[in-house]
Amino acid sequence: MSVFPSPRPAAGGPIIDFEPAASCLEVEGLSLAYGETLALRDLSLRVPRQRVTAFIGPSGCGKSTLLRALNRLHDLNDEVRLSGRILLEGQDIHAPEVEVAELRRRVGMVFQAPNPFPMSIYDNVAFGLRLQGGIRKRQMDDIVEWALQSAALWDEVKERLGSSAWTLSGGQQQRLVIARTLAVRPEVLLLDEPASALDPISTLKIEELIRNLKSQLTLVLVTHNMQQAARVSDYTAFLQEGELVEYGPTDSLFTNPRLVRTENYITGRMG
Amino acid sequence: MDITSDIHSRHISRQFNQELEELKTHLMAMGGLVEKQIQEAVVALLDGDSDLARRVVENDRAVNDMQIKIDGECTQVLARRQPAASDLRLVLAVIRAASDLERIGDEASKIARNAADLIEGNNGSRGFVEVRMISEHVRRMVRDALTSFARFDTELALKLVHEDEEVDEEYRTAMRSLMTFMMEDARSISPILSLMWILRSLERIGDHANNLAEYVVYLVKGLDIRHTDPDDLDERAITRKE
Repeated sequence: MSVFPSPRPAAGGPIIDFEPAASCLEVEGLSLAYGETLALRDLSLRVPRQRVTAFIGPSGCGKSTLLRALNRLHDLNDEVRLSGRILLEGQDIHAPEVEVAELRRRVGMVFQAPNPFPMSIYDNVAFGLRLQGGIRKRQMDDIVEWALQSAALWDEVKERLGSSAWTLSGGQQQRLVIARTLAVRPEVLLLDEPASALDPISTLKIEELIRNLKSQLTLVLVTHNMQQAARVSDYTAFLQEGELVEYGPTDSLFTNPRLVRTENYITGRMG
Repeated sequence: MDITSDIHSRHISRQFNQELEELKTHLMAMGGLVEKQIQEAVVALLDGDSDLARRVVENDRAVNDMQIKIDGECTQVLARRQPAASDLRLVLAVIRAASDLERIGDEASKIARNAADLIEGNNGSRGFVEVRMISEHVRRMVRDALTSFARFDTELALKLVHEDEEVDEEYRTAMRSLMTFMMEDARSISPILSLMWILRSLERIGDHANNLAEYVVYLVKGLDIRHTDPDDLDERAITRKE
């Protein structure tokens, strides 16, 4: 029968259960240390284009570190040492000619706590575009509306675009932040626990949004919520102690994982 | 990866361990009752005990109640725990197994009803040899299916999948010989038809035992072997220890 997975490697090494048809990001032999602490160990994986990929694993497994490495957030930290390569559409993101600001436009990031700027809803979304400059008011209006529509927030805020972003609820603020990121037309959206501070309804709206956005861009999600990873992602990578353990289609990883370590984690067992 | 029969006792939540253990325990209890129903239905026929036949028919309600109880417990686990991986496969396997056990219970009850008719008609013991032989075979299959479920034993489960083919052959042979009785003596048609229904029920019980064995393979290996010809099964994949 063809459904049976091929035999696993004898010992060690991650199990990677799929070959992406088109990858957007490629991580090759990435190791990363904070001072003396090794957070990622020789990790390699490919993130498929226009799909949702989830990184899961216990606290301290390196999933957020990996996510942050994808748009060079570690550049700000002098203590971080990094080796290996990260390719965005085939180009090394650490190459000298790559501008960090442009990289972060292409690879947007949304954090756990919504962080709208202390300005109006409209200005929040327009912020990144104004930094880029050269956009007329009329065009700006269109992009702001498109971004808010894409973030499934437009209908709730269209009558009060001038109000402060702080007047929005937590879930709305998070969608505003996503709209702000979308406005500069990124290719990749990194989401670090985007719904962990939200109530269940807002969480479902964010998840619905993630599903809809994948027709436009590549999404990478870090979450502690296994059901959320199971609900929204197409592929799931399980990390433990800075290593990739198992990476495969979410459908099979959550019903029939190949490794005991993965099984123990997703079912809440002691290792 | 393989799972072993103690895997469901290693959760961080002990309450969850207990809930899953209870599912297995209750399924085994249901299996025990169903086994007894088959045995008593056949004994009622062979011994001409119409009281026993009536009791078997009445007891079918207890089997049905157990299925409802187990389904309710599975629903609770799904709603409260959102189980994944082997936990999810256990819950699904238990729901399916309880459904097949309930159907086996129905077949036992049908055997008892037909036995009561035969006893009343006082038709001698023609065909009893076949009933005895096939009933022993399928009862052993049900018992082995439950054992393989309790031990997560895919080797035993695989053996059952092949055994069901033997039962089907025994059933066909028995039907042919009963058919000749009917052709020889038109007055025997009615009692022989009752016997044929009994054999048919026994053969169906074999099919349900076969289903139970398939759920064990799904539970342990994550492989869905339903609707696969037994000759096409990848036996190595099913019995390989990982």
